[in-house]
Amino acid sequence: MNVRKDFPILEKIIYLDSGATTQKPRCVIDAIQKFYLEDNANIHRGVYELSQRATKKFEHVREQVKNFIHAEHSHEIIFTRGTTESINLVAQCLSHNHIQKDDEILISAMEHHSNIVPWQLIAEKIGAKIKVIPITDLGEIELESFRKLFTAKTKMVAVTHVSNVLGTVNPIKEMIRIAHENNVPVLVDGAQAVPHLSVNVTELDCDFYAFSSHKMYGPTGVGVLYGKTEWLKKMPPYQGGGDMIERVSFEKTTYNKLPYKFEAGTPDISNVIGLGVAIDYLNQIGMHAITEHEKKLLAIATEELKKIPELKIFGESENKIGVISFTLNDIHPHDIGTILDHENIAVRAGHHCAMPLMQRFNVPAMTRISFGIYNTEKDIENLIKGLKIVHEVFHERIT
Amino acid sequence: MNELRELYQEMIIEHGRHPRNFCVLENASCKQEGFNPLCGDHLILFLIEKNGVIENISFQGSGCAISMASASLMTDAVKNKSIKEAEKLFQQFHLLITENKSEENLGKLAVLAGVSEFPARVKCATLAWHTLKAALQNETQTVSTE
Ligand SMILES: Cc1ncc(COP(=O)(O)O)c(C=O)c1O
Repeated sequence: MNVRKDFPILEKIIYLDSGATTQKPRCVIDAIQKFYLEDNANIHRGVYELSQRATKKFEHVREQVKNFIHAEHSHEIIFTRGTTESINLVAQCLSHNHIQKDDEILISAMEHHSNIVPWQLIAEKIGAKIKVIPITDLGEIELESFRKLFTAKTKMVAVTHVSNVLGTVNPIKEMIRIAHENNVPVLVDGAQAVPHLSVNVTELDCDFYAFSSHKMYGPTGVGVLYGKTEWLKKMPPYQGGGDMIERVSFEKTTYNKLPYKFEAGTPDISNVIGLGVAIDYLNQIGMHAITEHEKKLLAIATEELKKIPELKIFGESENKIGVISFTLNDIHPHDIGTILDHENIAVRAGHHCAMPLMQRFNVPAMTRISFGIYNTEKDIENLIKGLKIVHEVFHERIT
Repeated sequence: MNELRELYQEMIIEHGRHPRNFCVLENASCKQEGFNPLCGDHLILFLIEKNGVIENISFQGSGCAISMASASLMTDAVKNKSIKEAEKLFQQFHLLITENKSEENLGKLAVLAGVSEFPARVKCATLAWHTLKAALQNETQTVSTE
């Protein structure tokens, strides 16, 4: 994969934290600037040509997103601020009529805080209950337990496609099938899947799918919510304001059609344009090639890391992609992070916004590396060298 | 490597691994929790205060080498000191780890001077101190360095 030249920032750093956010290729950065220089206008309102041009470009990205995740209709693609907002939107809107007092929401033990807290917020408000789908020591969903968690009260399943800590690719197609057998809709947190795998929401048959532009080489500030038409029609609007209305009077307001009903206010137009360019960029490389490249890096890094005594990897599923979380003896991840940073290597250290998962594995924190299209074997070599320095500082100290 | 050595001095690693005063004080007159949500450092401080003097102090918790060593060194440093002295020590210590300046001899606490080169770690080094401050001011909420 010969893409490093597209990422000027990588000249300065060994970047192993794409799970937090990916770096941006020059084409994305340039496109945002070009939009402001040549095409900037507000959308869906101007009668003048410039506004129509901006609107057309913006709506074209909706088409691109639709094709990228293989949705059936572009009105099922809603632009949000990110995965977090997408999930909050669904949770809030479903709490008006679908999820009620004493109902149950199933989430897994490996969820990111942004797929836990939005559900807790509504559960607290309406008196619903959250039940946790357990995971195995390898870091896989316990499918049998999942099956048994369903009751007549189960109204929602919210589960991550790929774990941001363990790297596990969950069997969500199977989980969605099981949930649908029980007449329960499923929201999939795809934040860590879309940048690494070809995603097909139609084949998965999920009811909602959420992801963030900034983790897939696009700009920050933009996310996507895919929702099935039937659900989006049933749900009340999320926020009120411009763009989401059809007709407003002080007596009554009627809402705009999909997807605009869920897009109140002026969206992050330039960054949506940037996301479109990121999608083009990913398509050019090919999602299949990306998956293969990152799988190769995962295999090499896993092998190299396992050679280090007292290094323990969390998440050893066969179905895993480019994330490795580990602990190293009793050395705290924060200390590892500082020493690696000193060697110019960026890794994540801490609880990875998944405190319940840390508890599940009985550790306060982990160190995580995560790969992107631009990572190389050389990055892994440097990481291993960096970890040797960690060892030196903490063990075989030269005094 | 030099800055790293400066930060992770032998004494810090040693105190991090084998912290002093690492126990529960059953008859503590005050108990205070401190938490650094960013990295998960967590500690509980126990102290016995009489007539404005810290007669005994201990802690329990988990965290990075810097936070544990700092808590360990702090408990040694403030034991048998008056509250006023402890507060003054914190000011001096803060100056040391943020600007690498020291006006007085801080004794063993000075080994943490290397933190000044690593601004991201100041929170780790001050967690125990912030917790102590809150304990002395009788705050009930968990202290957070965020
Ligand atoms: C699995 C998962 N879900 C959700 C999120 C939240 O994404 P964002 O902060 O872009 O809303 C993240 C980001 O770290 C993630 O890894």
